[in-house]
Amino acid sequence: MTTRVASLGSYNQHGKRGFAIRLRKEAAVERLLLLSALVSTLAIILIILFICSKGVPLIARVGLGGFLFSNTWNPLAGQFGIATMVVGSLAVTFGALAWGVPLGMILAIFLAELAPPRVAAVMNSMIELLAGIPSVVYGFFGLVVIVPFIRVHIGGPGFSILAGAIILGIMILPTIVNIARDAIKAVPREYKEGSLALGATNWQTVTRIILPTARPGIIAAIVLGMGRAVGETMAVVLVTGNVTRMPDSILAPVRTMTSNVVLEMGYASGEHQMALFATGTVLFMFILGLNLAVTASMKARD
Amino acid sequence: MDSVKVRVKDLDVYYQKFQALHKVNVDIEENKVTALIGPSGCGKSTFLRSLNRLNELIEGTITEGMVIIDGVNIYDYGTDVVQLRKKVGIVFQKPSAFPMSIYENVAYGPRIHGINKKIELDEIVERSLRQANLWDEVKDRLKSSALRLSGGQQQRLVIARVLSVNPEIILMDEPASALDPISTAKLEDLIAELKGNYTIVIVTHNMQQAARVSDYTAFFLNGHLIEFQPTARLFVNPRDKRTEDYITGRFG
Repeated sequence: MTTRVASLGSYNQHGKRGFAIRLRKEAAVERLLLLSALVSTLAIILIILFICSKGVPLIARVGLGGFLFSNTWNPLAGQFGIATMVVGSLAVTFGALAWGVPLGMILAIFLAELAPPRVAAVMNSMIELLAGIPSVVYGFFGLVVIVPFIRVHIGGPGFSILAGAIILGIMILPTIVNIARDAIKAVPREYKEGSLALGATNWQTVTRIILPTARPGIIAAIVLGMGRAVGETMAVVLVTGNVTRMPDSILAPVRTMTSNVVLEMGYASGEHQMALFATGTVLFMFILGLNLAVTASMKARD
Repeated sequence: MDSVKVRVKDLDVYYQKFQALHKVNVDIEENKVTALIGPSGCGKSTFLRSLNRLNELIEGTITEGMVIIDGVNIYDYGTDVVQLRKKVGIVFQKPSAFPMSIYENVAYGPRIHGINKKIELDEIVERSLRQANLWDEVKDRLKSSALRLSGGQQQRLVIARVLSVNPEIILMDEPASALDPISTAKLEDLIAELKGNYTIVIVTHNMQQAARVSDYTAFFLNGHLIEFQPTARLFVNPRDKRTEDYITGRFG
C-alpha cells in the first residue's frame, strides 16, 4: 500500500515537466500535419486557378458552344474547335471500358472468391506489376505490335480508336481489379454463408448477394478506371494517329484532348496556347465530374 | 415412438492438420431440440456445420465418417449439396440480414429455388414471417431495408428466411449470444413453437438456455463427445465427471 502511494507520488513529480514537453511536441506535430494538408490543398486550388485563368478567357471569346462543338481546329487561323478531340477522348475511353470493365470484373470476382490463395497471390502481384509499367512503354508496345496488327489484319491505317482502346483497356485493369476486388472481399462472410446455406449455388450467391452488396465499390472502380483512361496521354499519343478529323469508324485515327495539349504546347503561343489551356480546362472539368460521381456513389452506400 | 432424424457415425473433422472432432457418434431425434454445449473451441460449432456440409467452405477441411439424414449419408459422392442445404437450414451467431428489403430477404430463398410468381412469394413471405413471430412487427414496412431492424428482429428474420425454403432440420449456432435478454426470451419462445414441426440443433454457451429449450443435450470437450443424454437427466445427474465439472462451472 505504502509503496504504491510512494511510486504514484514520484511518477507525478517526474511527470510534470515531461507532461509539458509532451504537450508541446504534440502541438508541434499537429501543426506540421495541418501545414502539409494545407500545402496539398493549396496546390490543387492554385492549379485550378492557373488553368482556368489561362483557358476560360479564350472559351469566353469563342463561346462555349463554338469551342466544344466546332470541328475545326486551325490555331494559326484562329479557329479553335475541339469537338473532334472530345469525341476522340470519349471514343477511346468508352472503347477501353467496353472490354476492360468486363474483364476486370471477372478477374476481381475470380481473385476475391474463387482463386486458390497461391494463385491469387501470384496474379495479384502480376496486376501490381501491370500498374507499374510506364505508360510510354505501353504506347511503344501498341506502336510496334497492335498498330501493325490492326493495319494488316483488320484494316485502316492501324493508328486508330481501336488501338487506343485496346491499350487503355489493359492500362485501366489494375485500377478496376484492385478496387473491385477489395469491395467484393469486404462483403461480410455471413452474407455469403447465409446464401449458400439456403441452398444457393456459388453463381447465384455472387450475382444476387455479393455483387449487389459490393456495388458502390464496383461503381467507384469503374469511374476511377474511366478517369485514368480519359487522362492518359503518352500511350494514346503513340497509337491513335492524332489527326483532327471527325472519326467515322473505330478504325479511324483520332486525337484526344490530352494528346492535343502534349503535341502542341511545345511551340504554341498567344491565343493558341490559351486554347490548349482551355482544352485542359474541359478535361479537368470532366475528371472533376467523375470524382464527384464517385463520392456520390460512395455516399449512397450509407 | 421417437424416430432418429440424423445419425452421426464415427465423424472425424480436420482443419489442415488439426483434428477438430474425434469419432463422434450420436443420434438426433426428429422434431426435438438438441443442445450442444461445451467450452469454446470444443468442436460443437464444427459438429453443427458438418450437418449441412458448411465446413467445406473452409479451405483444407477434411471430413471422415458418416452423417446419415433420413437414411442417406450426406457425405456420399453424388449428394446434391443444394438440396441438402435447403433441407438443413442454419442460423448463425451474428444476426445477418442481407442488405435488401425485409420482403426480399425472405423471398430470396424461394427465388433461388425457382419460385417467381408474386402471389406465391407473397404467401411464403407472410407464412414464414408469421412462423418466425415477426409478421406483426414488420407487416407495414416489408419494403424497407432489413438492416434497420434490431438485432433480435434480424435474427428472427434470418429464421424466417430459413423457414421460407421448407427445411426439415434447423441448425442454430449460438443464435442468442448477440441479443439482449428480451430478444433472447422471444427467440427461445420461437424455438419452443417450432420444435413440433422441425428438428432443431442448437449450439449454446448458456447452460440455462440449453436446460430451458432442449430435449437432449450433448456435451463436447476437446473434439470428443463426452456425454449425450435427455436434457433433464444430463443436468441433474450427469454420468461423466467432466460433464459435472462443466455444468457446475468448475471450468470452461
